[in-house]
Amino acid sequence: MKVPLKWLKDYVDTDISPEELAEKLTLAGLEVSAIQVIGGNWENIVVGQIAAVNPHPNADRLRLATVDTGKGQQTVVCGAPNLVVGDKIAFASAGAKLIDGHTGKAEELKPAKIRGVASEGMVCSEKELGLSENHEGILVLPEEFQVGKHLSDYLGDAIFDIDITPNRADCLSVMGIAREVAALTAKPFRMPDLSYPESSKSVESYAAVEIKAPDLCPRYCATVIDGIVIGPSPGWMQKRLAACGARPINNIVDVTNYVMLEFGQPLHAFDCQQIRGNKIIVRRAAAGEAMYTLDEQERKFDSDILLIADAERPIAVAGIMGGLSSEVRDYTTSILLESANFSQAAIHRGSQNLKLSSEASVRFEKGLNPGLAMMALKRATQLIAQLGGGKVAGGIIDVYPARTAKKPLSINGHNVRRLLGIDLELDQIQRCLELLGLSCRKGDSNNVLVGDPWWRNDINCTADLVEEVARVTGYDNIPETMLSSSLPSGAGSLIVSFRQEISSFMVACGFQEIITYPLTSPEIMQKLSSSPGTAQPEMLKIANPMSRDLEYLRTSLRMGVLSVLSRNQRSRENNIRLFEIAKVFLPRPQDLPLENEILCGLVDTVAPETYWQSKPAPVDFYFVKGMVETLLARFGIKADYLYGHDVTLSPAGSADVVVDSVKIGVIGEVHPAVLMRFDIAEPAFLFELDVDKLLTLASQPLIYKTISKYPGTTRDIAMLLDTGVTYQKIVDIVKGFSLVSDMQLFDLYVGEQIPEGKKSLAFRLTYQSADQTLKDEEVDKVQKRIIERLSKELGAVLRS
Amino acid sequence: MLDQVEEVASQANAELQKIASLDELEGWRVRYLGRKSKLINILRSLGDVPIEERRTLGARANQVKVGLESRFTQKKEQIELLKNQSLELEKIDVTLPGQPYQVGRLHLTTRTIKEICDIFISLGFQIVEGPEVEWEHYNFEALNMPAEHPARDGFATLWADYKTETGARPMLMRTHTSPVQIRTMEKAKPPIRVIAPGRVYRYEATDATHEWMFSQVEGLAVDKNITMADLKGTLFEFARRLFGQDRKCRFRVDYFPFVEPGCEIAIDCFVCGGKGCRLCGSSGWIEILGAGMVHPEVLRGCGIDPEEYSGFAFGMGVERIPILRYGIDDIRLFYNNDLRFLKQF
Repeated sequence: MKVPLKWLKDYVDTDISPEELAEKLTLAGLEVSAIQVIGGNWENIVVGQIAAVNPHPNADRLRLATVDTGKGQQTVVCGAPNLVVGDKIAFASAGAKLIDGHTGKAEELKPAKIRGVASEGMVCSEKELGLSENHEGILVLPEEFQVGKHLSDYLGDAIFDIDITPNRADCLSVMGIAREVAALTAKPFRMPDLSYPESSKSVESYAAVEIKAPDLCPRYCATVIDGIVIGPSPGWMQKRLAACGARPINNIVDVTNYVMLEFGQPLHAFDCQQIRGNKIIVRRAAAGEAMYTLDEQERKFDSDILLIADAERPIAVAGIMGGLSSEVRDYTTSILLESANFSQAAIHRGSQNLKLSSEASVRFEKGLNPGLAMMALKRATQLIAQLGGGKVAGGIIDVYPARTAKKPLSINGHNVRRLLGIDLELDQIQRCLELLGLSCRKGDSNNVLVGDPWWRNDINCTADLVEEVARVTGYDNIPETMLSSSLPSGAGSLIVSFRQEISSFMVACGFQEIITYPLTSPEIMQKLSSSPGTAQPEMLKIANPMSRDLEYLRTSLRMGVLSVLSRNQRSRENNIRLFEIAKVFLPRPQDLPLENEILCGLVDTVAPETYWQSKPAPVDFYFVKGMVETLLARFGIKADYLYGHDVTLSPAGSADVVVDSVKIGVIGEVHPAVLMRFDIAEPAFLFELDVDKLLTLASQPLIYKTISKYPGTTRDIAMLLDTGVTYQKIVDIVKGFSLVSDMQLFDLYVGEQIPEGKKSLAFRLTYQSADQTLKDEEVDKVQKRIIERLSKELGAVLRS
Repeated sequence: MLDQVEEVASQANAELQKIASLDELEGWRVRYLGRKSKLINILRSLGDVPIEERRTLGARANQVKVGLESRFTQKKEQIELLKNQSLELEKIDVTLPGQPYQVGRLHLTTRTIKEICDIFISLGFQIVEGPEVEWEHYNFEALNMPAEHPARDGFATLWADYKTETGARPMLMRTHTSPVQIRTMEKAKPPIRVIAPGRVYRYEATDATHEWMFSQVEGLAVDKNITMADLKGTLFEFARRLFGQDRKCRFRVDYFPFVEPGCEIAIDCFVCGGKGCRLCGSSGWIEILGAGMVHPEVLRGCGIDPEEYSGFAFGMGVERIPILRYGIDDIRLFYNNDLRFLKQF
């Protein structure tokens, strides 16, 4: 909202600087985003009067103007066509800062010789003064301006650009802001006079109003002004409209716009002669009904749209835009002036539905008090009668189906102390509210009763009044205290600290955390499957997607990490290790999707780091597995790794991670076909763990195991086995011997030294008892039984 | 006995000559000066020696012991000196590169959220979370924003393609973390002190200053006697801990439908110190969070009596903080996951 300071001063006397005022408004919730100062640099520019105009001796297109400056006369060279003796003009003397009419840049005026004639000043155009782009001729000032006075005394102004929050539709008006200024500077607010003479012919004889949709139109007020003459509005009004960004049109339309800017209430003028049947009907549109609006567009309506119609046809879209057919034209002599209240929901829906927004709809959408309609109507009627001539029909049409006597709100010192933490006397509270113009009276129980302000719609409960008190007192006066209330019990969400622990582990393992978008597309999901045509998991769709790529809620994190790896390989990053912990969204009938938290990691093997001492350990399946094992061990979880059939992973090297026969994740080499689709260099290894399941498993209590006081003994075993025998089978057998406390595989060999189809395994067993030091014979006995079982059950052959 | 002492002395001295390492020297000390050594035994058994011999023997044995001890010390110093001299010659090139450790990092957003949460945890807040796909009820209605409420215009919403039997479309991607306030108040009884970090989504075309996915941290404290002064104290304290104890804070009126009174907290610009610059949009202030006293209707809707309880709520954008701190000029860098960006933090 643009608000000129001079206009504000019509309603409130304020002498503080524009900057100070802006600061006060901003702190009180009306954020001043810019102040445009007009005439701030108009030093050396005064009101002058043209005393004489003579031809330039050396140039046909230039003339010599002699100007009375109030301190004597000066003659300057001037090229403007509209030099008239006796006119008041803006005269700049040397040193003034003016906008160059041709370059548009600010420059200082210097004495100059123009075609041989010395010129020590200038008669200014609007453009040179920075008032407008007009450079056609000089600016002619009103007769009443006094010669010799500073131009800024008359034309200087500061225009505030204020961001209005959605609750303060009343501040989309100069008066609304002026009330704030009055309250914040403790000055009285002046209401303009609203009276006007009425003729004996009653308004009802011109038109009748019927509201057929009282739910959408709480109030409809109208007056009729007959015998008007359409013409331009006066300069002062045009200037104010222009300063606020409205284009002047004619005296009637300008008044409706002016009063809208002044009061915040949109108004509309209909040409009375175009209202068929002398009837205004406020109703929902019939399906398929259409009309041309003022912007000459044909609009088609559905039944959500609220229309103003006459007896036969729609003549305006209520609260949004007038119709072309009933527009005020040059030949209009009689108008019906509408000042109505429409429901914010109806106008909001209508405006979105029609994709049509106007100064009027913007105000209605935020919600206006129905009381405003009557006040603004009186003001507009008065101004039209003044500026357009004509006679105002007697009385005002006021159809007000939503009229209710609002109960006054109550506020007391306790309310204020409870919410703000400050102690105010009841009188102080009342004074704050009265500064805002609210009508207050003392109640029976040491409280103040506050009436409904007709211009505001945002004061509906005691808390609202408390905020008003706080705004006027100043938020600065609220002290800073720390919470002294008791602490809640419990630790909050468990998953948060669990997630942090996992993340820290991943970071310690050299992984970079990434965060990817949760929306994807079936095409991208399809890329995760090595065999095309695999059934896709069901995904929740977005009704209004921003693009095809962002149309479904992901059920996997894989495409995110794969895409990020691909992108970073292209920027030549080495040894990439990525992880993400985030949610996937699994649809459920008649419910929000299940949000399942997943950890997904991915490593590539491109250009391992080179180092002058030795090569780092290779990145392969066992690298990823080791990491997963260590992560699980950290939470006391021991998993089995079983052959799985994951469509993203290579059948050669992938496994399901299983705990107590529940699958909690996968690890493995990414299938070459998938890597190719994501344009990733082979090989890459991926793992995925269900964090929610992990949390459940990790929550199981740990029990301390006694540390044995007795030393352990180690024995090594080397044996030949068929290559198809998994290590797990050996582990399962060895695990059955309780004296074995640890088992470490230290060699695995396949090659020339041993028969084909065989592999050699060597591992070290640690034997230890909790009750005694083991004797060699005991250990030998157990070791022998282990070897027997391995050879019997797995066909193992001991190597000497 | 005296002969034995003399023999020990000459033998010890002779052996000491040949010793070159500290280990050998320690063996020598144990042999000749240790608790079980001949010399110490002699000294210990002086009482058994006839009185006429005792004086001479005692004097001599002690003299030998002191002499050996002093030579031991000398020898030790000598060996250490030699050792140091030889280490000097074995110097390695300390300027060669050290072994590389691959270190990972948390995402900048995660780190910032943690930083914010840690401050509030120290102020007695608990971390809670809520779903990212929400019901319209939690995202809007319960927060005092019924359908067609003007404040909803500020939340361009991504709706899920889910229809109820009546044809309504009540599921959406949450546009802010505020629904977690409602879910918390529905479940927990005061005292409540929670913060809720999380991802939020808007229907938004992306550019250098707009991203459709971003993060917020929401906060809520509800109990008897919580006032706006508590809000101000708590959040100013937070702002100073996050941005520095010297920062000035500004407390101004603002509007959010689910609080009343509402406010906004800004800090003086840490680039220009409040004079006005490009970072702060020449205002001198950087807005960091919105807050207010929980609206009585919101409390009532969650089954909390607004006559008995009061509380404050706040919310802040997360990405904005590192954007301001590190001068990041394009918000899209956050979720583009370019390692050249992520590795800088």
